[in-house]
Amino acid sequence: MALIRLMLTIALLALASSVMAAGIEIREFDDPVTEQRYRDLTASMRCPLCENQAIDDSDAPISGDMRERVYQLLQDGQSDIEIVNHMVQRFGEYILYNPRLENRTYLLWGLPIALVLLGVVVVVMMVRARRNASAKALSAEERARLDALINRERSS
Amino acid sequence: MTRRLLLLLLPIGFLGVALFLYQGLGRDPSHRDSALMARQFPAFEATTLRDENRQVDQTLLTGDVTLVNVWGEWCPACKQEMPQLLELADQGIRMVGINYRDTREKGLEFLSEFGDPFDVNVFDPEGSLGFDLGVYGAPETFLVDANGVIRYHHKGYVSPEDVRERILPEVEKWR
Amino acid sequence: MFIKMIPEIGHFALVIALLMAVIQAVMPLAGAATRRPLWMAYGHPMATGQFFFVAIAYVCLTSSYMLDDFSVANVANNSNSLLPWYYKFSAVWGNHEGSVLLWSLMLAGWGYAASVFSGDLPRDMVARVQGIMGMVCVGFLLFILMTSNPFERLLPNMPQDGADLNPLLQDFGLVIHPPMLYMGYVGFSVVFAFAIAALLGGRLDAAWTRWARPWTNVAWAFLTVGIALGSWWAYYELGWGGWWFWDPVENASLLPWLTGTALVHSLAVTEKRGSFKSWTVLLAISTFSLSLMGTFLVRSGVLTSVHAFANDPSRGFFILMLLAITVTLSLLIFALRAPRVSHKVGFNWLSRDSLLLVNNIMLVIMTVTVLLGTVYPLILDSLGLGKISVGPPYFNALFVPLTVLMCMFMGLGPIARWKSMNASELWRKLWLSGAAALVLGGVMPLLYGGEWNVWVSLGIVSALWIVLPIVRDLFDKTRHASSFMAGLRRLSLAYWGMVLGHVGIAVTIVGVAVVSNYNIERNVRMSPGTTVEVAGYQFTMTELTNRRGPNFLADTSIIQVQRGDAGRSFVMRPEKRLYIATGMPMTQVALRPGLFRDLYVAMGEDLGDGSYAMRVQYKPFVRWLWLGGLLMAFGGILAIVDKRYRRAVSRKSSAKAASATPGASTSGSATSKEATV
Repeated sequence: MALIRLMLTIALLALASSVMAAGIEIREFDDPVTEQRYRDLTASMRCPLCENQAIDDSDAPISGDMRERVYQLLQDGQSDIEIVNHMVQRFGEYILYNPRLENRTYLLWGLPIALVLLGVVVVVMMVRARRNASAKALSAEERARLDALINRERSS
Repeated sequence: MTRRLLLLLLPIGFLGVALFLYQGLGRDPSHRDSALMARQFPAFEATTLRDENRQVDQTLLTGDVTLVNVWGEWCPACKQEMPQLLELADQGIRMVGINYRDTREKGLEFLSEFGDPFDVNVFDPEGSLGFDLGVYGAPETFLVDANGVIRYHHKGYVSPEDVRERILPEVEKWR
Repeated sequence: MFIKMIPEIGHFALVIALLMAVIQAVMPLAGAATRRPLWMAYGHPMATGQFFFVAIAYVCLTSSYMLDDFSVANVANNSNSLLPWYYKFSAVWGNHEGSVLLWSLMLAGWGYAASVFSGDLPRDMVARVQGIMGMVCVGFLLFILMTSNPFERLLPNMPQDGADLNPLLQDFGLVIHPPMLYMGYVGFSVVFAFAIAALLGGRLDAAWTRWARPWTNVAWAFLTVGIALGSWWAYYELGWGGWWFWDPVENASLLPWLTGTALVHSLAVTEKRGSFKSWTVLLAISTFSLSLMGTFLVRSGVLTSVHAFANDPSRGFFILMLLAITVTLSLLIFALRAPRVSHKVGFNWLSRDSLLLVNNIMLVIMTVTVLLGTVYPLILDSLGLGKISVGPPYFNALFVPLTVLMCMFMGLGPIARWKSMNASELWRKLWLSGAAALVLGGVMPLLYGGEWNVWVSLGIVSALWIVLPIVRDLFDKTRHASSFMAGLRRLSLAYWGMVLGHVGIAVTIVGVAVVSNYNIERNVRMSPGTTVEVAGYQFTMTELTNRRGPNFLADTSIIQVQRGDAGRSFVMRPEKRLYIATGMPMTQVALRPGLFRDLYVAMGEDLGDGSYAMRVQYKPFVRWLWLGGLLMAFGGILAIVDKRYRRAVSRKSSAKAASATPGASTSGSATSKEATV
């Protein structure tokens, strides 16, 4: 296992360094919208070879090939979804930095939203509890004194 | 009391996460199955490495279980795995090579130096067949069954253990 | 003879330091539990000695680098005789083993500092803090000695020369970024030790908070600067002009920063109002745990990341054990010892308390989101559900709205009064700021770019909504002073700290919003004589030359830049370098920084016919990103030089009296208020 990994690393390194620093291509676009789509698409696809880089800033040869393919498909008039599907068919879901919403990613997308809702509930419950607590714990006179103490610093 | 019990959920929950992290330790994060697993070998049209006039296409891979190896002269691990590939060919397994991102001259030089286990070598200088196969670095090895469906994928160097423990059993399984 | 033994001396010093750490971990805690002053007294000398010996080990490793001792594996793998001396010095922490040693040095240093500056805390409290710090040190020193020994020798076959430092790391940014970041990570260990000590001793009162706050602020400030420097380094060194990629390593530093920020705020409530006590302690535990978790993620190889260190599962296993023991034990202690809510300190809907509650909840949601996105691929993989990637589009889609939501409450925070405030007063103070923020935020993108963009607008509205109420508050606070300046001078440093912290966030938000949306990038073909225009600047390549650096060869383009026809012209020199020892090609970008825009030129490949592909970028307001970070950090430091904390140090007796009061009661919080007013 370790040997395979070592070999793999050597193989990939050789590939990476032989054609490094190739990330800058000069491309012509028909209109700024297509250019922006090209940027967005290449920024949201992960280079399958590199550690953790989008294909638009990776020097790996495969990233160059993928950029070229995205460009070609854009020239052919394909939609973003078609282009993404084209790439996923070949390289797998792994290359999508924006994981699709499906069974296995419901939790990924849903939990933050659920937490925001839960947060609202927690705040409401806590403030309501604390409001009652303050009413019970102190008499009006005590409270006035406490308020004065608390806010004295602020008004100074 | 219930509050204490609830708070005890915190360390327990953390240990759950730690278990996943522990599982992750033994894994190779760069290992992935090919997206083409259990799918038809992609359609292609190309010439062969040895004969620029001979056209081949995906029908090359039907009729028999075939090991498809993606290689290039520039790839050191490809040279190192050649003895294993020659041994597989000796065992009567049909081998097809894809000469990936290479020149004819270099590719033929490679074959004469390190041996040629391949029935046919598909010449893929632009890497377009490699692209359709989802290849992102050589060597890669695919097992294609008699119907031309991809059944197994090996990324990187094929070691003698890989031959014994993975590739031969897979070949047997799909024959 | 002596020089040849340097690595062995270093190794031996580490062993001694470990023994001292073990004593420090056992004796003071045992002494505090059994009330034996003599045992407790072991803490300080052991913390001092441990710091001393780890420092010796560190000096030894640095000497091996400086003396080019390639018989030491670590030096041979990460240095080279051609490397300039300052990079030899910083190469020590440019690799796994050396960086863990630096980490341990800082840990021992913080432990020593905590031991020195806690002279007036009750003795058993100090003993417990020292004991906990000792335990953490034991963990890290064991980690070094068992899995990551930097002094390992390559004998008898020592190489003639070293393999050289990774060219990406040969840079001033790397000289300062990791130490700052580690100071932050490690600093939270002190806060963690304070929290556990408080749980063990059952003493979670205002005095405790007042002691914990400065340490938290310092650690937080270091972490803030560390993150900002990391982003700055990635920006100019990686050659593509990005400044944040939501890489696991970046997330690993952001996670403790988020909980640390929550902690800074929750400590304020705990000190001023005596509430949120358990919560504060939990945040202190979480922040340090997340620092450890970040270390695990970065160094174990479970995640693929651009910046990950050489991966080794045995190291990963060790850190995971360390993490599991630390977190499980501290959460257990927390579950068993967290103070009961015997009373509730009341507050109303509109109050600073409730706004800080919202702040904490928002920061926790952000933390969970970032953590979830970072480990989700790992969890799916463990469950056999396939490989996915979670990257910038996911994080941006969730983090941006969460930030905007938080900014809405941030504007109110500094204005609101503790406990309760009526809506009409709040409205009177805020309506003008709110209206101004909306109008200016809506119009400013038009004035600037000419092209209205909703995200830029949202960013500017958020930033103004944070800043304008503070400005208004400054005027309110100085109304009775003889002059505006005199009034400003009378405000406490703690208040100024808050102001800078909030303004810093606003500045960063403006930077993020503008540079993300108004960035202009052109890939162009250039040869000597070519002129291209980007964002009103003319870039003319005048010459292509080569030069030889200390350990690299470079192709350099000389590019004359001029704004319009009348502007002053200047020269930019992007390079393509080939590092001799590693054979690694690197792009060295040319940067022209400015407060309102950066010009960024990177040199690509030779296109034949004497021309090169060049990437020219115009990055408006990008400096604001890091400027905001520096402001925040400065605010954090300013808050702790406030006289409140200095007095706490000078007046030992009063601190003791305050801390002796059993906390968790109205009288406790009243005491703290009197001390602070």
